[in-house]
Amino acid sequence: MAALGELMGMARRVDAHRPNPRAVVDAAGWRLAADALRDGRVTLLGLWGDRAAVHMALLDESAGNFGVLSLDCPAGRFPSIGAVHPPAIRLERAIRDLFGLEPEGAPDARPWLDHGRWDLAHPLDRSPRPRHREAAPYVFLPAEGESLHQIPVGPVHAGIIEPGHFRFTAGGETVVRLEERLGYVHKGIEKLMEGADLDRAAKLAGRTSGDSTVAYAIAFVRAAEAALGVEAPARGQWLRALMAELERLANHFGDIGAICNDASFALMHAHCAVLRERVLRAADAGFGHRLMRDCVVPGGAAVDLAPAGVAAIRALLDEAQRRFPPLVALYDNTASLQDRTVGTGVLRPELARRFGAGGYVGRASGRAFDARRSPGYAPYDRLKFAVPVREEGDVDARVWIRIREVEQSLDLIGQILERLPTGAIRAPLPSIGQSAEGVALVEGFRGDVLIWLRLGGDGKVERCHLRDPSWFQWPLLEAAVEGNIVADFPLCNKSFNCSYSGHDL
Amino acid sequence: MRKHLFEGLIRSPLTEPAPMPDDAALAELAAALDRVARRRLGRSLAIREVDAGSCNGCELEIQALSNAFYDLERFGLRFVASPRHADVLLVTGPVTKNMREALERTYRATPDPKWVVAVGDCARDGGLFAGSYACLGGVASVIPVDLHIAGCPPPPVQLLKGLLALLSDEVARK
Repeated sequence: MAALGELMGMARRVDAHRPNPRAVVDAAGWRLAADALRDGRVTLLGLWGDRAAVHMALLDESAGNFGVLSLDCPAGRFPSIGAVHPPAIRLERAIRDLFGLEPEGAPDARPWLDHGRWDLAHPLDRSPRPRHREAAPYVFLPAEGESLHQIPVGPVHAGIIEPGHFRFTAGGETVVRLEERLGYVHKGIEKLMEGADLDRAAKLAGRTSGDSTVAYAIAFVRAAEAALGVEAPARGQWLRALMAELERLANHFGDIGAICNDASFALMHAHCAVLRERVLRAADAGFGHRLMRDCVVPGGAAVDLAPAGVAAIRALLDEAQRRFPPLVALYDNTASLQDRTVGTGVLRPELARRFGAGGYVGRASGRAFDARRSPGYAPYDRLKFAVPVREEGDVDARVWIRIREVEQSLDLIGQILERLPTGAIRAPLPSIGQSAEGVALVEGFRGDVLIWLRLGGDGKVERCHLRDPSWFQWPLLEAAVEGNIVADFPLCNKSFNCSYSGHDL
Repeated sequence: MRKHLFEGLIRSPLTEPAPMPDDAALAELAAALDRVARRRLGRSLAIREVDAGSCNGCELEIQALSNAFYDLERFGLRFVASPRHADVLLVTGPVTKNMREALERTYRATPDPKWVVAVGDCARDGGLFAGSYACLGGVASVIPVDLHIAGCPPPPVQLLKGLLALLSDEVARK
């Protein structure tokens, strides 16, 4: 607590910010926070712009809590965090693109989300100006050496996946440098959030990253409920957790199969795709939508679980518990597959820690962080589950973390069905008549989703920031791929499975 | 592994019976499909998927078309890695401005005759993202669209119906 408490203690506390504290610091306090980040005393959870202000969320991992620090920047400038703490670099580039706020001393002056295609410059600024000049061509970082060659890939990829550009510099077969260029699917979600009522805003949040629609919706409604000072009824909260675990299950099944498929082991892919389909069908039977989109709403859940849905989910548990263990044995016993995954795409634990990598990326590299456990939220405080961790940091470790999490989620779903409280599923929302702020950190299948929002007196969203776990995972993919052969990139990439849409917003 | 393969031989298949082609989709296609071109292609279409700003939800359901339940390839439909091998572009998303050029270039790289199928509610008119500074709002604002498949995202059966409409003889006769 010491580091975070110290930083927050020196600052002016903001009252209407729940449940975690927010405090406004001056430039000196902001720089102290940068030092604390550099020294690893706190972990960066998020860094985002506002009108003439910047905010950053800091996690104190030993104490298991987090807070938000803010700096007013009336002159449109703030001291760069990225100058001393690299995980902040892309976040600051995004702030400059969207708000026109200048990170002073930032190491990278290139735009990030802005490809020069919008009609507006700094679209989230108070009064965005029309853009007149053509954007300069994007300059990739140099890699120099004898007989190096570049391989440009994307934005349109060979598979049925999201768009993004990868620029490889290779020496023969070996990747010397990978640089990502993202932002292709930037939809302007944070601008659309401005002025949206809570129902529309929750739908937008649920369409930030399609594979994590439940996790995003839960994070959004938890932040909104915190701001409004209302709590969802117990049954609503448990139903949300049920949906979240089904979502985790579906994605992990899909990923385990797809990673093996990228090692040309199609059998595993076929079997895992069947299990994934069974999860989606059970979700459809239980909640009326295969991905459970728009089933989580402000105040609770939109649909109650009928007995037929319970039966469908129980049948899924039986099927998965029967079919999955032989597949795990198959993965473990296939030497040709292990040959591809073991020792490939190693992410060193110190990098995972420094970047605060969430999800299986962090947990496969020794970072035992899971937002369900700490800071924790209902109903996970009343459920039993383990947080699997490995130290190897390779593709194999990221597969095993998923395998263990599948087992945990199957168990969690069983516990939830067993002890599902009765009663209402949705609480009415009060009108508060004044501005209020809320924040939430929710564990999606990919890692922790952070959502921060400010509601106006009319109950509409004034500003909402959505931070995907991928922000801290994409840069690590660049590091993990270095020194691997080009042909292993799909394997490494799939084992990270970062979100493009969630990152690009 | 032998055990898994052997089990695969004796288990009954999971594959669903083929759905009927979607009526609305058929009507929409009637105007677009050229019978001569269709005869030349026969019952075989190569599909190139292009994400033009989707949230990834549509991609997940399009991927599901290849699983054992829907088994897209039994209809002669298959996904290809390059637009140069494709007859059909399956486009998702509200078309972000940052993806516009890539979509146009993909379309130009696809040989004639070609069809464009817009998948999902945002691909029709931008959906929830309509009006954003970063989106153009629908595939038809960039390239000509022959068929829309609605849904957010459309479930695999809905996608199958739409794609089968592309192959249906009924369409060509109308």
